[in-house]
Amino acid sequence: MSLMKANLEVLPGSARAVLWLGLIALVAFPFAGSDFYVQMVNRMMILAIFAMSLDLLQGVSGLVSLGHAAYFGLAGYALAFLMPQNEAASLWLTLPLSVLASGLAALVIGFFVVRTQGIYFIMVTMAFAQMVFYLFFDNKALGGSDGLYVNFKPSVEIAGLTLLDLDNKRTLYFFTLGSLLLVYVFLRRLLWSPFGRALSGIRVNEHRMRAIGFNTFGYKLTAFSLAGALAGMAGYLWGVQTGYINPELMGFHMSAHAIMMVILGGMGNFAGAIVGAFGFEYVLHVFKDLPTVGTFNLGKHWQLWMGCFIVLVVILAPRGLLGLIARKSDQQGGSHD
Amino acid sequence: MTDLLLSAERLTKRFGGLAAVNEVSLELRRDRIHAVIGPNGAGKSTLTNLLAGDLPPTSGRMRIGEVDVTGWRPEQISRQGLGRSYQKTNIFLPFTVWENVRLAAQSRESQQPWNPLRWLQSAIKSKASNDRATRAIELSGLKDRAKAEAGSISHGEQRQLEIAMTLATEPKVLLLDEPLAGMGVAEAQRMVELLLKLKNDHAILLVEHDMDAVFALADQLTVMVNGQVIASGSPADIRGNAAVQAAYLGEEHA
Repeated sequence: MSLMKANLEVLPGSARAVLWLGLIALVAFPFAGSDFYVQMVNRMMILAIFAMSLDLLQGVSGLVSLGHAAYFGLAGYALAFLMPQNEAASLWLTLPLSVLASGLAALVIGFFVVRTQGIYFIMVTMAFAQMVFYLFFDNKALGGSDGLYVNFKPSVEIAGLTLLDLDNKRTLYFFTLGSLLLVYVFLRRLLWSPFGRALSGIRVNEHRMRAIGFNTFGYKLTAFSLAGALAGMAGYLWGVQTGYINPELMGFHMSAHAIMMVILGGMGNFAGAIVGAFGFEYVLHVFKDLPTVGTFNLGKHWQLWMGCFIVLVVILAPRGLLGLIARKSDQQGGSHD
Repeated sequence: MTDLLLSAERLTKRFGGLAAVNEVSLELRRDRIHAVIGPNGAGKSTLTNLLAGDLPPTSGRMRIGEVDVTGWRPEQISRQGLGRSYQKTNIFLPFTVWENVRLAAQSRESQQPWNPLRWLQSAIKSKASNDRATRAIELSGLKDRAKAEAGSISHGEQRQLEIAMTLATEPKVLLLDEPLAGMGVAEAQRMVELLLKLKNDHAILLVEHDMDAVFALADQLTVMVNGQVIASGSPADIRGNAAVQAAYLGEEHA
């Protein structure tokens, strides 16, 4: 067993307790919160999936992608294109195809970018994402700067029987929560698989990984494609929830926000990415709602406060919010789950 | 003669006009320790990097067993049966000693990163890898330190870990770049004993500065100066070689 303390790969008891409490809160929330907040938490859960997909690259493999939003947006666009004007298409069709579209795009782009390292990787992932962004932004046929509507929620049927009605906000909420749990459990399992251990080794010392016989290119390309596909799953859910997809979802800010979420929560263990996504979105909400003092609109300058907040977290909690929780507890009670 | 496990024919590496390694040929056989010595800048490290695939040769050929591996990448050469330890300790510092060695052992499983089944298995439950790692750790004498973080153990133990990781890949050929560098007397003695034990079923290339150890261990010596081989032969031959004495050994060993 490798106890990777810096990355909190083994979650301490306190962190796990917080996660369980969070899960209970998420299950209970739709029965307590108003419509507005239920939708907001739904968005947070979607962004948590997105942040976890980036963490597979950033925290686990040491590949900081500054273009991850491209794969988030692509699946959303795929959903918009697959959804007919006058009737709902099936989830069984649109979800796999949308996720596949993002995964394939990541495979093709990854083929070029995972050859680069460090700062060059950051630059090249950003460059490709900007290309994708402008491809959609400048093309009227692809929705242009206005984006596209997703006219219907996908239908979830088996043999003509409706299993889930995603038009119902509470149903959609629990569908998103289920997806979040599924992705988390999958990624935690993957972290301790031979594939995950190899990615960890690549983050720490890629040169030595090659010397002991690992084809690191294949590992990095697979991780990049898989992360793209999972980002696509988040983008798909975003399209379903909001009914609307625009180029901004693939833009630089979206990619940068995801990086900040992962750093804010704590890298390399997926739980941190979830905590970070919720924390980031909540703080964003608070800052945007700040009142006007005299003639100075505090809320309008939310980016300033967000910048200060991130700097503070990095200084005071270098391992993120989850690391802050873990510091208070014993390191003994760790588990693989 | 025993099995020929690695042969290099006129390997050359040029950096611009400089021939860092110039037409070097050598053979490594099972049950033989072949030492490469030479002053700083002789090209020993470049030669090691060529043999391990870290650098592609400008010309020349290299075989592992019967297989021509000229121009292969490091991971391919590793999987063909060459294990390499580094002069400058090159390990996974934040991992435990055990995880360092287990990861090296894992490299001998079928890898297939794209296979979804490999995403869901548990790495630490692979018996084959665990057995390989256990053997390597016991052989290198690190059994008591398995749970320690690799960054926290002593320099000598890190050198042992280097060897343990290399052994966990079950190589036929060992390239050991200064395994004794920076070791205390007792640690160096243990390492020498380990190398003699490993000799039985490996072909070993030893790059080393410690002349006492070299002459105690080596069955064959190759002396390099300025990228070229100036002499090759048994330790006795090399001791008596005038060119070697002039170029390198000095009066101490003459």
